[in-house]
Amino acid sequence: MPTTAPSPGTPGEGPASRPGDAPSAGGLADVTASDSALRRFLHGLPGVDAVGLEARAAALGTRSIKTTAKAYAIDLAISMIDLTTLEGADTPGKVRALAAKAVHPDPTDRTTPMTAAVCVYPDMAATAKAALNGADVKVASVATAFPAGRAALPVKLADVRDAVAAGADEIDMVIDRGAFLSGRYLSVYEEIQAVRAECVRPGGTAARLKVIFETGELSTYDNIRRASWIGMMAGADFIKTSTGKVAVNATPANTLLMLEAVRDFRAQTGIQVGVKPAGGIRSTKDAIKFLVLVNETAGADWLDSHWFRFGASSLLNDLLMQRQKLSTGRYSGPDYVTVD
Amino acid sequence: MALSSAFEYAPAPESRSVVDIAPSYGLFIDGEFTEAADGKVFKTVSPSTEEVLSEVARAGTADVDRAVQAARKAFTKWSALPGSERAKYLFRIARIIQERSRELAVLETLDNGKPIKETRDTDLPLVAAHFFYYAGWADKLDHAGFGANPRPLGVAGQVIPWNFPLLMLAWKIAPALATGNTVVLKPAETTPLSALFFADICRQAGLPKGVVNILPGYGDAGAALVEHPDVNKVAFTGSTAVGKAIARSVAGTEKKVTLELGGKGANIVFDDAPVDQAVEGIVTGIFFNQGQVCCAGSRLLVQESVQEEVVDALKRRLATLRLGDPLDKNTDIGAINSAEQLARIQKLADTGEAEGAERWSPACELPTSGYWFAPTVFTGVTQAHTVARDEIFGPVLSVLSFRTPDEAVAKANNTQYGLSAGIWTEKGSRILAVANKLRAGVVWANTFNKLDPTSPFGGYKESGYGREGGRHGLEAYLAPSSPEGKR
Repeated sequence: MPTTAPSPGTPGEGPASRPGDAPSAGGLADVTASDSALRRFLHGLPGVDAVGLEARAAALGTRSIKTTAKAYAIDLAISMIDLTTLEGADTPGKVRALAAKAVHPDPTDRTTPMTAAVCVYPDMAATAKAALNGADVKVASVATAFPAGRAALPVKLADVRDAVAAGADEIDMVIDRGAFLSGRYLSVYEEIQAVRAECVRPGGTAARLKVIFETGELSTYDNIRRASWIGMMAGADFIKTSTGKVAVNATPANTLLMLEAVRDFRAQTGIQVGVKPAGGIRSTKDAIKFLVLVNETAGADWLDSHWFRFGASSLLNDLLMQRQKLSTGRYSGPDYVTVD
Repeated sequence: MALSSAFEYAPAPESRSVVDIAPSYGLFIDGEFTEAADGKVFKTVSPSTEEVLSEVARAGTADVDRAVQAARKAFTKWSALPGSERAKYLFRIARIIQERSRELAVLETLDNGKPIKETRDTDLPLVAAHFFYYAGWADKLDHAGFGANPRPLGVAGQVIPWNFPLLMLAWKIAPALATGNTVVLKPAETTPLSALFFADICRQAGLPKGVVNILPGYGDAGAALVEHPDVNKVAFTGSTAVGKAIARSVAGTEKKVTLELGGKGANIVFDDAPVDQAVEGIVTGIFFNQGQVCCAGSRLLVQESVQEEVVDALKRRLATLRLGDPLDKNTDIGAINSAEQLARIQKLADTGEAEGAERWSPACELPTSGYWFAPTVFTGVTQAHTVARDEIFGPVLSVLSFRTPDEAVAKANNTQYGLSAGIWTEKGSRILAVANKLRAGVVWANTFNKLDPTSPFGGYKESGYGREGGRHGLEAYLAPSSPEGKR
């Protein structure tokens, strides 16, 4: 999309071989050669008109999803949830309960899909992995001094290493917002690459990397687009809005913007990157609005838990209650779903 | 997990039961519904299904005369009311419109063919807003900038088109009543129903008899109204051809006239535009109301360096437009208003193809009954092509390119029209510089087709004269008092 962008990369480096090799990801090596080259590239990306972006997100929010489409959307949304507990008070018992819920979200209805993952702090990754007992639910672990990201790089990398060693399938890292806001884009880029390298396991496989921008702290939509491109060029498997720990987390507008970014990135490089809005998505109605954004912006290729996730904890129960309502015709209430 | 089906939206139709359409309607004259003097009627159909919705009395010359006399009689009392009293009626009408907005939105969609999404989210809120806005002016006319104690003109003869039936009615009636004029309004022959429901709202609001008269009918009734010697003010929105005829017929009379006519709006996309939002603006510019909008951005002028990128993004976006049942809440593109209009669009699109422009439409299944036209984009268009010059009044976009801002301005202004234009750029200084050079009544920056009662609307050149909306909209209905107190 950007007029200053170099030509698409070699087709050989498709999505499957998403490299730990990334300076050349998608043939964008030139733009990451120096801080100034990267700045020129990022500032050459098309601007974002905030009014127009928010209007588009709001317009898509008025799509009316009913009957079969709603049933499909609810199951899809459940399958996309990263069931999350990120509290200082987390205990092994709490994490085991969460894992059990991820595998059987609704014990009364075994046709309910599993969630995509459970998302925990690194010290709980092993507990989660053991509790899942081989079920097809991923363990995602936030690392890199989550949520503030204010630690020295070696500390952050050790954090990631720990989580991967404990069995995490996915790493959710936070970017250095301080570096980003002071214009040190290359430093952000290099840090993501360094984290990516730590995701590689001894056997050569790698944990999937989700890069969290904390969009609420980036302040402008232009910044969110630039951060998205830094993340994607540095080798992110997912770009993620936020930690859920600040005032403004995922919104329809910032998610729409990131969906445009992954769509454009794939058009230019052939590499598909996932999107994960996190924080503040609590109701079925909201979740469906996000699925509409995916469907009409990035397209149906992203309507899969491999490419789109909800970072949420309270969303699941609302989805389950709506699901029960669709199957029974009655709205049951919060005591008909498990508290965790 | 059986998650293999695609995310196809199930039908989400708005209920028709909220609106009760009678099998027949009369003319609304002097506060009563009445048959036409010669007993003539016509049918109004739903453009999406060709279903006959109702049979409506067809006004003739004698009915026009009756209505104008009723308005003349009502004028004496209505114009003598304090502004604050007139405001009360207008506020009441505005509130009733809000209360009945769902009913009116469904009605308008049935009669016009436009998507419920637009009648519900755009038309009806704006209709109510116009009445609220002009209600606010009614007791402040001394401060509107048209001299102290400005006076109403008398009887306003108003003729409106079928593309925004109720909104155009609001644009015409609200300022006329606020300023103390009385009204005879002729809605278009394909969309008379919402105006007749409005007549009912006038009764519900207790509006004095004769202040508003509604005469459904054809062009002959419109002509009779415009030419009626006892009409003091003519307001017309519609085609340039009819506008010219009206201008001729009132020339030499003392009638005041405003004309809102055709357009061929240029939507200018510079290379630093916010591309995704520009694409949305292009879509809103030309596919809103199936392109049946006088201020539509029907000419896309895109900077050559980003032309391919913008056109690709536009085509990708058009593939997600949903065409079909206008009552479905997910429908983006509804039906063309009439068979006649559909034929006109088809003819002009065929001309574009014959003249060598490249025609493209997204894969799009058209319903078998009703009047439908797929969203269409012409690329490789030059200023010499018919599709770049003639107003098509349908979902047809012509794409032209330019290299410099001066060239963009020159091409944008190279039209017999001058109603609207759009500028897409992230550079504020360029917005101001270009906007100042565009000969268009409305210039939108990084948006398109946004309307608001506080903002004046009108054109240059063959797009007509006079302004509607805003403070300026009052001027067309006011005569300044002379120092001696005479009009």
